[in-house]
Amino acid sequence: MTERNLLFGPEDDVSRDSGYDEHPPRVGFFTDTSVCIGCKACEVACKEWNHVPEDGLDLLGMSMDNTGMLGANSWRHVAFVEQRRPAGQEGGWSLPDEMTAQVEPRLRAAPRGGSELGTTPLPSPGSGAVQDLGMPTFSRPGDGTGAEARTDFRWLMESDVCKHCTHAGCLDVCPTGALFRTEFGTVVVQQDICNGCGYCVSGCPYGVIDRRPGDGRANKCTLCYDRLHDGLEPACAKACPTQSIQFGELDELRERADRRLAELHGQGVAEAELYGRDPDDGVGGHGALFLLLDKPEVYGLPPDPVVPTRFAPEIWRRVGTAAAAFAVAGIGAFVSAAFGNRR
Amino acid sequence: MGSNMAEAHPVGFQWVMEAKLRGARVVHVDPRFTRTSALAHQYVRIRAGTDIAFLGGVVNHVLSNDLDFREYVAAYTNAAFLVNEQFADTEDLDGLFSGYDPATGDYDTTTWDYEGASQRETGPMETGMGGPRIAGVAEIAQDPSLEHSRCVFQILKRHFSRYTPEMVERVCGVPPDQFRQVCEAWTSNSGRERTAALIYSVGWTQHTVGAQNIRAGAIVQLLLGNVGRPGGGIYALRGHANIQGSTDIPTLFDLLPGYLPMPRAGQADLTAYLDRVRARTQKGYWEEADAYFVSLLKEYFGDAATSDNDFGFGWLPRINGDHGTYRTTMDMIDGRVFGYVVMGQNPAVGSANGRLQRLALANLDWLVVRDLAMIETASFWKDSPEIETGEIAPEQCRTEVFFFPAASHVEKAGTFTQTQRMVQWRQKGAEPIGDQRSDLWFFHQLCRRIRDRVADSTDPRDVSLQRLAWDYRTEGSGDDAEPDPEDVLRRINGIDLATGRTVDTFTDLRADGSTACGCWQYSGIYKDEVNQAARRKPHVEQGPYDPEWGWTWPANRRLLYNRASADLGGRPWSERKRLVWWDPDRGRWTGNDVPDFPVSTPPGYVPPEGARGPEALRGDDPFIMQADGKAWLFAPAGVIDGPLPTHYEPHESPVRNPLYGQQSNPTRRVYPRPENPYDPSPPEPNTDVFPFVLTAARLTEHHTAGGMSRLLPYLSELQPELFVEVSPQLARLRGLTHLGWAHVVTSRAAVEARVYVTDRMAPLRLDGRVIHQVWLPYHWGPTGLVTGDVVNDLLGIVTDPNVLIQESKVATCDVLPGRRPRGAELTALLARLRSRAGITPITGTQLVTTGTEPPEEGP
Repeated sequence: MTERNLLFGPEDDVSRDSGYDEHPPRVGFFTDTSVCIGCKACEVACKEWNHVPEDGLDLLGMSMDNTGMLGANSWRHVAFVEQRRPAGQEGGWSLPDEMTAQVEPRLRAAPRGGSELGTTPLPSPGSGAVQDLGMPTFSRPGDGTGAEARTDFRWLMESDVCKHCTHAGCLDVCPTGALFRTEFGTVVVQQDICNGCGYCVSGCPYGVIDRRPGDGRANKCTLCYDRLHDGLEPACAKACPTQSIQFGELDELRERADRRLAELHGQGVAEAELYGRDPDDGVGGHGALFLLLDKPEVYGLPPDPVVPTRFAPEIWRRVGTAAAAFAVAGIGAFVSAAFGNRR
Repeated sequence: MGSNMAEAHPVGFQWVMEAKLRGARVVHVDPRFTRTSALAHQYVRIRAGTDIAFLGGVVNHVLSNDLDFREYVAAYTNAAFLVNEQFADTEDLDGLFSGYDPATGDYDTTTWDYEGASQRETGPMETGMGGPRIAGVAEIAQDPSLEHSRCVFQILKRHFSRYTPEMVERVCGVPPDQFRQVCEAWTSNSGRERTAALIYSVGWTQHTVGAQNIRAGAIVQLLLGNVGRPGGGIYALRGHANIQGSTDIPTLFDLLPGYLPMPRAGQADLTAYLDRVRARTQKGYWEEADAYFVSLLKEYFGDAATSDNDFGFGWLPRINGDHGTYRTTMDMIDGRVFGYVVMGQNPAVGSANGRLQRLALANLDWLVVRDLAMIETASFWKDSPEIETGEIAPEQCRTEVFFFPAASHVEKAGTFTQTQRMVQWRQKGAEPIGDQRSDLWFFHQLCRRIRDRVADSTDPRDVSLQRLAWDYRTEGSGDDAEPDPEDVLRRINGIDLATGRTVDTFTDLRADGSTACGCWQYSGIYKDEVNQAARRKPHVEQGPYDPEWGWTWPANRRLLYNRASADLGGRPWSERKRLVWWDPDRGRWTGNDVPDFPVSTPPGYVPPEGARGPEALRGDDPFIMQADGKAWLFAPAGVIDGPLPTHYEPHESPVRNPLYGQQSNPTRRVYPRPENPYDPSPPEPNTDVFPFVLTAARLTEHHTAGGMSRLLPYLSELQPELFVEVSPQLARLRGLTHLGWAHVVTSRAAVEARVYVTDRMAPLRLDGRVIHQVWLPYHWGPTGLVTGDVVNDLLGIVTDPNVLIQESKVATCDVLPGRRPRGAELTALLARLRSRAGITPITGTQLVTTGTEPPEEGP
């Protein structure tokens, strides 16, 4: 164990800091969304391997996405984002507000086993007022004269998963020890120990972990802990046909991600950015990093996630102060009571 | 084009992504923006069913700007061949070629002949893999300068001269600047140093001009020198795993294994049959079709096949016309077909005009369905939509249904042949449970039982069964006996009957009865008594073309016609694109792939007079299966609807053909009958009743007609409901809301679906009007975890004349808000729509429209 602070900031060796003296290198995912074809093979392979139950046969209508979000019964989730922008403009992508206006309330109403914290679905910038689906006011193509009147369009796809944070909010708040850090540096729930308290649900800044309706126990991606023991890559990465989901040692994946980002920037894809790459971010960096083609919030990811334990020292300081005050008050009460008895 | 590869072939699409990572430019042309479009550099929206106009525009761009790979075109294609003086083009005859007979709706192709040679008139059902026979190939008149007005090159140029970017916009709705970008990308990535690949799927085939769509793609690729070369080619993505295998060793009525044509009624003997298949004076390997065919008969009939009895030719069944799936279905309704065996197919959901399909099933004496799950084709009698309308009554339906549960692909060993023609062996992963059995077991047991029944028969029709050499090595005995799939593969490979050993390759096959072979093109797959398809040598342990991974027909050749990867002198066109080349020191062809050419025929070889078959190939005849050794820009025979592709409007279209008076393919097969009405198209009136273009396709999450996905929770939850995709503009026009209900109507059916309003669909502006397109996925039916209306009910049956495939990628429709009516109200709605559109059984069946006045422009 270490004397250093384990609550936030960069950490070179999460496994050692969790008590593994001898351990394999930290592993994770690099999800390169620029080559994702949205086939959802990852979702199916994950469910097949891990016996994750079906998550409801409901039509969500968020583009091709009928999974909606990560949860107890969806450990991989492929997000589909339809965007348009005026031709000739760099950047400036916007979501079609009609679709989000219809889908957002449905997403919010979807049954969840845990709490609402951290589960905000796709935001709709500038929406709210737009409810007029199907009656948009734009003109027919070609009605205008120049190129500026036409619209360009793009369709983003991204396979989301548990981030296996360096500082995992779920793990840090788990009172039973059901959540633990593995020797591979990943974060896993043991359902036989979980008591279903749900603290982890609100502890996750990404809305990844959730309780399973029925037994109430927490579930999320294990990065296929069992497969790792057998020297196999996780089921989703194995099934991915285009190597959008890459599994490997985290250090190597970070280098790979950097190279790919530089390549895309070189090709003029200026919006491309890495998500979860930075060990100085609010969770100390991800074990599962992403290359995104737009801002994280476009994909429904929090732009600046912070693990709740980031505030633990501050909280404890305040708790200490409060406790001291309580102690003084308590003694005071006792003393006054004693005086009262004497009287 | 015509392919949503990322969704329908995601595993193959990894190679497109790999190419993209290596710098390839990806262009996607499609009526709708799909997951494939999302990954492409350029997406071009096109009106469904106008691919030939687009490709013709590319041809015109190439030829008007002298961008063709002239050396390649002049030497390796039939560009220099002269065509008969009597030939008249669609430019001369308002959209018809010479030889059209309005009475039969077919062409007499005599005037399409090369000058100097003759192609005996042959229907495609008679030709097989080598294409039509040509007698006297040595006599074909040529002009190597390509300047003669009747040479193929000049005919091609004239034929497409009006396919300008402006015309492409009028027909396809593609703006000229977008079109030019595609032309520039295609042409600048072709030629000596570079190649471009063309990919299509059923988005090209399922049209009344299906075969011609592919011809058009082939013409572009040949003009640009993209055939037979690495990184080039035309990729025919098949509709389903092993569809390639099921045409190589076919489940088609007009073909025998190895694309040998099925004998026709009237062919008295073996010689009569072979004379229709090939001419003794033609070039190339198809001239040896007799060796392939006799070896097949030896495999079928064993010792009973001798030269004295034409190797049992007389025992083969004959065909006398169209016996395809749609013809057969209509014959069921008409009471001419009484029993039906359905395997690996769910026509009640998956075939065009679902109502007609189900009414046909309901009029059988018996029906056998073998499938993984209880599909609608087996349960139609109790769950058809026709029960609600009173057209099928479960208690009265006379069809006796036998359902056989089938073992899945992981529960049996065997092969898959994929799009690249690569055959890969599959091990059995698990034992089938319960009554599930393999196909081999089923056919073996069926054959055993039928042969027992006819053992003592004296009926001549039973002779073929009695003589059949059904002697596969089996595992188990009696009712459990099942042929060993490796023995079947070995017999497909072919056996030298003198030694009892497997032959090495198809050139070992003989026409004298000394070899037996189940499928000549698979010869070599069991070379040296080894299952070559089971090889799994890793990529890192072998060369760039991985010859020891699986086995590719023919002869483990990875690229067909790869002689064309080298120039006339046998040197690679470019070092970058080298594949096979002539080694002058060793006097043979060599390279990174198995050369697709007689290995010791030098590049400059000129055959002696009277040579035939492979010996008659010149050193610069790379297309060794063709009767003339050249790739065909112009098809002098063998294609029913014309020697060149021509833009015809789809059978149902809201648009009058802007190019010709002839509106649609004049040889398309129409089936006028009460259960199969057609929506009107110009020049017929009332086209405003069904004003929109309808197209249907698949989602990546589901399997075709749903039999392998609607019963699986992990797939069903990903796409739980039928939906219809419309553009925001169409939604506004028809009052549709996202996730609300709508019903799509044609003269055949009304299908309800949830509405997806998306920018992935957009209207096209062409010829001064706006054309809306509507798309639905077709996976749902009345049973399963997720259910929905049958989208194929919307489609009528009208087919391509060459291969009799239905036009299911384009029709016309209307979209109405809300759910559809039920029962009698539904029937009444459809009757009302038909009456408004003035539809009679004759609507849409007038094949010739030349000389008719263009209709009034619609709104």
